Amino acid sequence: MATHKTMMKILVTVKEVATVEDEFEIEGTAIADQYLGADLNEWDDYAVEEAVQLQEAGLADEVVTVTIGPEDCEQTIRQALAKGADRAIRIWDDALEGVDLLDVGAKTELLKAVVEAEEPDLVLSGVQSGDDSFGATGVSLASAVDFQWGAVVNGLEHDLEDGVASVRRELEGGVEELTDIDLPAVLTIQTGINEPRYASLRGIRQAQRKDLDVQTLADLGVDAGAVEGDLELTEMYEPETESDVTVWEGGADDTAGQLAELLREKGVAQ
Amino acid sequence: MTDVLAVADHRRGELRDVSYELVTAGRELADVTGGDLHLAIISGPVDDFAEKANREGVDAIHTVSHGEEFNHDIYTQAIAQLYDAIAPQYVLAPNSVNGLDYAPAVADELDLPIVTDAVGLETDGQTLIANREMYGGKVETTVEVDAESALVTIRSAEWPTAEGTGDASIEALDADIDKDAIGSSVTGFEEVGGGDVDISEADVLVSIGRGIEEEENLDIIRDLADALDATLSSSRPIVDNGWLPKNRQVGQSGKVVTPDVYIAIGISGAVQHVAGMKGSETIVAINTDPNAPIMDIADYAIHDDLFDVVPALTEQFQ
Repeated sequence: MATHKTMMKILVTVKEVATVEDEFEIEGTAIADQYLGADLNEWDDYAVEEAVQLQEAGLADEVVTVTIGPEDCEQTIRQALAKGADRAIRIWDDALEGVDLLDVGAKTELLKAVVEAEEPDLVLSGVQSGDDSFGATGVSLASAVDFQWGAVVNGLEHDLEDGVASVRRELEGGVEELTDIDLPAVLTIQTGINEPRYASLRGIRQAQRKDLDVQTLADLGVDAGAVEGDLELTEMYEPETESDVTVWEGGADDTAGQLAELLREKGVAQ
Repeated sequence: MTDVLAVADHRRGELRDVSYELVTAGRELADVTGGDLHLAIISGPVDDFAEKANREGVDAIHTVSHGEEFNHDIYTQAIAQLYDAIAPQYVLAPNSVNGLDYAPAVADELDLPIVTDAVGLETDGQTLIANREMYGGKVETTVEVDAESALVTIRSAEWPTAEGTGDASIEALDADIDKDAIGSSVTGFEEVGGGDVDISEADVLVSIGRGIEEEENLDIIRDLADALDATLSSSRPIVDNGWLPKNRQVGQSGKVVTPDVYIAIGISGAVQHVAGMKGSETIVAINTDPNAPIMDIADYAIHDDLFDVVPALTEQFQ
């Protein structure tokens, strides 16, 4: 089908992730609140930047973010808006309250409803989230909405000619795969694809006035049963370490001296 | 519904080691469920791969000869057809870059719950319990899967590789691949990280991570590398930031290194990094965080600020 649309709409999935301090305690199946912080998921930061760059290159006319999360995460969503996204959608519902592991299938159902309503040409998601690191939602979503997809993309050519995205997928061991993907598509974005900007003061001010639309399951037409999920987090613990590390104690001069001695024994710098 | 279906991983004509690890993981599950272990080999030189993968513990190998290189649409369609034919209780896939490019789509297609990046798996025949990390390896969790059937991707190098020669039946599946549904095509491969230096050849590596904070601070690390006559390398964030070229990156997506001495400075030791340097003979870690995962594999450690320790160390060699 020939399309006369020259501009694209981009949907970016944005997650607020919990960050953990170096020293922490576990309470039940979660890390105790006082050791947790919150931040824009690192991979999503790159996805937002890629979308904004496509818009600045004149290839997209609208960048919309979508987030599953409670009201607390609006500050993080505003970060993405401050970096240049045009408006945001936040999905939340009483049914999601207290779910400690929202599984891939549940996230897919929620995001699918947004994709169907917004009809983007391109969906950018982070490769994974820094907290539960499933790394599966983007591809699952693509399958659910019948889009094409590419996982672990660390390069995207900014021309999107003839409805094709030319991407680089970062494989293991320093090999990149060059792939052409038909649009509409979901790309999961790897860190390093670009240099995410810092929000400008002007951007931060403008972000406060941008649309942030809250949608419940009912608004999305998603049944509560669809987000119940089949996974349950039953235990959380600190990994057993098999460490037999020798720790050098003392001030920096002492420890550096001991390390220097070891290095000399190993024949380093001789 | 007691069988297990594992999907082999290969790239550019080579069967990857995780394929043999999948056999081990799959066998362990099948021993409890009482079913057979099936191994799917999709695309590439499938007959050659089938022979190699026919190790102890595999009951049946199913080959799908369709295309040379990985394509997620072909994988998704072929696995869905195998799933319908075998009706396995569990499907295992590698948590590789390609595994993550098809496994979530297979799970969606077949309406299966998916657990990714498992480092341990157990079943009592009914409930599947997976171990997986969260928060970049700071904690481990157990996740129970309450479903008749599930798809799991496993982390590489967590299970031993299956050995020996098996007596699996090898059958070619004439998969019905809908070519119209294939919306992506590989146009080539590129090796990255070439250039002026090969960090995998170095005897001593001074490796820097996120702890360096600012690009300007790299000078103190360069000074140390010079003083030690060592080669400078880094973890991923440094390359992502554009502070060092890709050929300096140690890890899963960079280079695998095995120097005599590896000095990890301000590197927390994410699993992707550790995969690239754990074979080093002696590992020294300098990091303020005594709980950083790098400490699990370090031989020697200094729990202190790199901005104090590194200049002091450099001075020792000047």
